[in-house]
Amino acid sequence: MQQNQKLAKQLMKKSKTARYERFGHLLSLSALLLIMAIVLGIIIFIATKGLSTFFKDHISLKDFFGGVIWNPGTQTPSGQQAVGALPMIVGSFLVTILAAVVSTPFAIGTAVYMTEISPKRGAKILQPVTELLVGIPSVVYGFIGLSVVVPFVRHTFGGSGFGILSGTFVLFVMILPTIVSMTVDSLKAVPKYYRQASLALGATKWQTIWKVVLRAATPGILTAIVFGMARAFGEALAVQMVIGNAALMPHNLVSPASTLTSVLTAGMGNTVMGSLQNDALWSLALVLLVMSLFFNLLVHFIGRKGAFKK
Amino acid sequence: MLNSNNPTDRFIYHFNPEETTITMQTKNLEVYYGKTLAMQHADIQFKQNTITALIGPSGSGKSTFLRSLNRMNDDVATVKGQILYQGVDINQPKIDVYEVRRRIGMVFQRPNPFAKSIYGNITFALERRGIHDKRVLDEVVEKTLKQAAVWDQVKDNLHKSALSLSGGQAQRVCIARALAVQPDVLLLDEPASALDPVSTQQLEQTLRELKQDYTIIIVTHNMQQAARLSDYTVFFNLGEAIEYNKTRKVFTRPKIELTDDYVSGNFG
Amino acid sequence: MNRTQKQSRTAILILRLIAGLVVLILAFLIGYIFITGLPNVSWRFLTSPAKAFTAGGGIGIQLFNSIYLLILAMLISLPIALGASIYLNEYAKDNWFTSTIRTAIEILSSLPSVVVGLFGFLLFVIQFNYGFSIISGALTLTIFNLPLLTRNIEEALAGVSDDQRQGGLGLGLSKYETIIHIVVPAALPGIISGIILCSGRVFGEAAALIYTAGQSAPALNFGDWNPFNIDSPLSPLRPAETLAVHIWKINSEGIMPDLTKVSSGAAAVLVLAILIFNLSARYIGRKVFEKMTSVN
Repeated sequence: MQQNQKLAKQLMKKSKTARYERFGHLLSLSALLLIMAIVLGIIIFIATKGLSTFFKDHISLKDFFGGVIWNPGTQTPSGQQAVGALPMIVGSFLVTILAAVVSTPFAIGTAVYMTEISPKRGAKILQPVTELLVGIPSVVYGFIGLSVVVPFVRHTFGGSGFGILSGTFVLFVMILPTIVSMTVDSLKAVPKYYRQASLALGATKWQTIWKVVLRAATPGILTAIVFGMARAFGEALAVQMVIGNAALMPHNLVSPASTLTSVLTAGMGNTVMGSLQNDALWSLALVLLVMSLFFNLLVHFIGRKGAFKK
Repeated sequence: MLNSNNPTDRFIYHFNPEETTITMQTKNLEVYYGKTLAMQHADIQFKQNTITALIGPSGSGKSTFLRSLNRMNDDVATVKGQILYQGVDINQPKIDVYEVRRRIGMVFQRPNPFAKSIYGNITFALERRGIHDKRVLDEVVEKTLKQAAVWDQVKDNLHKSALSLSGGQAQRVCIARALAVQPDVLLLDEPASALDPVSTQQLEQTLRELKQDYTIIIVTHNMQQAARLSDYTVFFNLGEAIEYNKTRKVFTRPKIELTDDYVSGNFG
Repeated sequence: MNRTQKQSRTAILILRLIAGLVVLILAFLIGYIFITGLPNVSWRFLTSPAKAFTAGGGIGIQLFNSIYLLILAMLISLPIALGASIYLNEYAKDNWFTSTIRTAIEILSSLPSVVVGLFGFLLFVIQFNYGFSIISGALTLTIFNLPLLTRNIEEALAGVSDDQRQGGLGLGLSKYETIIHIVVPAALPGIISGIILCSGRVFGEAAALIYTAGQSAPALNFGDWNPFNIDSPLSPLRPAETLAVHIWKINSEGIMPDLTKVSSGAAAVLVLAILIFNLSARYIGRKVFEKMTSVN
């Protein structure tokens, strides 16, 4: 019995190992909480700054989202504050939607080629090239846009060459690799026997691709497109370099325009913290943040509706 | 057909603790995965310096039972009841689970050497406990590898990656690794299931020799192995211990019909 | 041949054309970068400082800044990402807390980098009063880098067989010791690949830096490595325009006559660096794995 008690005592003593475990658990948890705090910090900071345009400077939502004249600190001819963000919002949405519309068929076509038609060549050439292109910095895209796309647009359509069209071109090439590689992933996730079953029923290769494979991969492809759009919407420098940076309502695709990001990058350095000019810029950043959250939500929604049931 | 909830359908041998040294014993053990009861009715005494085999069809609860004995189920399941190790209930929150696992070592189904040298695999746990004396470590490495009967094959390559070993050798190094922290109970969860017949035979021989110093409990799906190797056998079915007796008796004169069906291969 | 077969042939031909066109675009892109850029790259170009008004400037200081910022950002983000991924992969239970945190990380990873940059500007440059500086830039890049690095390391950890964890726990080691000394080393090839891939992304990032690390590259005294002196290359409080920011800056408001030459050269260097990061991520990961399983 005495021996038992001695053993029990030994077994109940908290070992060094137990202390290690506690320490490690807390350490890793605190790293995670730090990231959580950063995310909350970003949202709170930017929301606070962005909302002060409305609460501190008493700009109405209607003037901000509906106004078309952007020159914070001055007044429009009709006497309102010139904080109309509509031109930038329209610009951002236009380049994003146009780039997605142009990219999607190219991306899906390429992805189908890589997985269904010529997987070998796809894996050997296209895969590494897309991977490299996903990683090319956006300033490089912007620089090529500036030295190739803008002159091309100028020669073909006249004008300065800067504008929505050039922005669309640059973003198209930029988000193409992103959409391609994610679409490839979702096509690869379609089980092999779907294809075999379809072909065995006498469907042609094209019918199999169109009616079976693409249909099954639709949620994945939609996610890829949303990701591409999110990237396009949030892209700052590449667009800023080719769009012309005129905070005007775009009346055609080749006139200088601007996006939320381009006005932000160009303007933030030239305003004084706390001034209306500065607050209005933070409101643009808030719109950007909210849109990013919206894209996130969209991805979740698609994911939940279309998760592959295996 | 199966009516094992009826206690008369169960035969569990009980030692007289006055005459026999019981190293481990379970009482009223119940294991839950979430809310599902996965294992119950297994009051087993394990005699010192013997090999006890746990047999039964897959899903019978034998592995769950084994993993409860050194509290490896802590994160995955809720274990109720008593687990006595030398008379001390180790299934209570106050107990230091790491010390329990040091004393009750475990070897797993698939050989799982760490991405370290053979030497490093064996000395790792000791070093974590603050033993850095090269002479002591060298001694432990040689002693445990000899105990696991793999010294001659690896002694010239002690600093080679353990990941490069064959399955049989790797499993022996894993046994040596478990012995290095000086346990007195060794739990083995189907240790030969990934090995070829020759390695299996060698492993069994090793375990027979280790019996002199350790109490060994081994889960096996191989009935011949249980019959060859063990002194006592527990037959599990549907999450309960059905029969526990001397191995010879379990295999030749089982007291329960279900056991008879299982060991004679008429099961199901 | 019947109608559906003909239709199938035509459709597949169109797909081939699309893929071919995309290959052409991509090939043009890469070709353009290297063909117009590489002839401008020389040792002198890589090492001499930039010039604001005259031709013949290099990218020496910018290149140094990019590398220095990358190293700092990685040094800060690696322990945090490692800790977070360990928690997520090894400790986290499947509950609302975990899914909230996962969502938060996803949100962070999809935030436009300009938003991250503006947050860094607000917090580090203004609030903490670090000004446009290396340290502001490195901390902002850390935020930019954390979600992807965490995800990469988590994937590498998830790839380690559970047998390894069981082995450590079975020896009476704590979960934490098992993770640090067994699981992390076993995941090392994947972790290293992940770090290198993230490095490529950080190296090319500009939008997060223009309002944090700043847009100027003051001359550095490469003879003075005392980080407390403001013109020392290591000084964390000096502004530091990086290579990527430099490309943006000179194209937006540069006035030197050889602007295109400088930017195309810088772009080529940038893409070459990314290419090297991509290739070495695979190569080094594989080498480490071989080393771990090899005879010696």
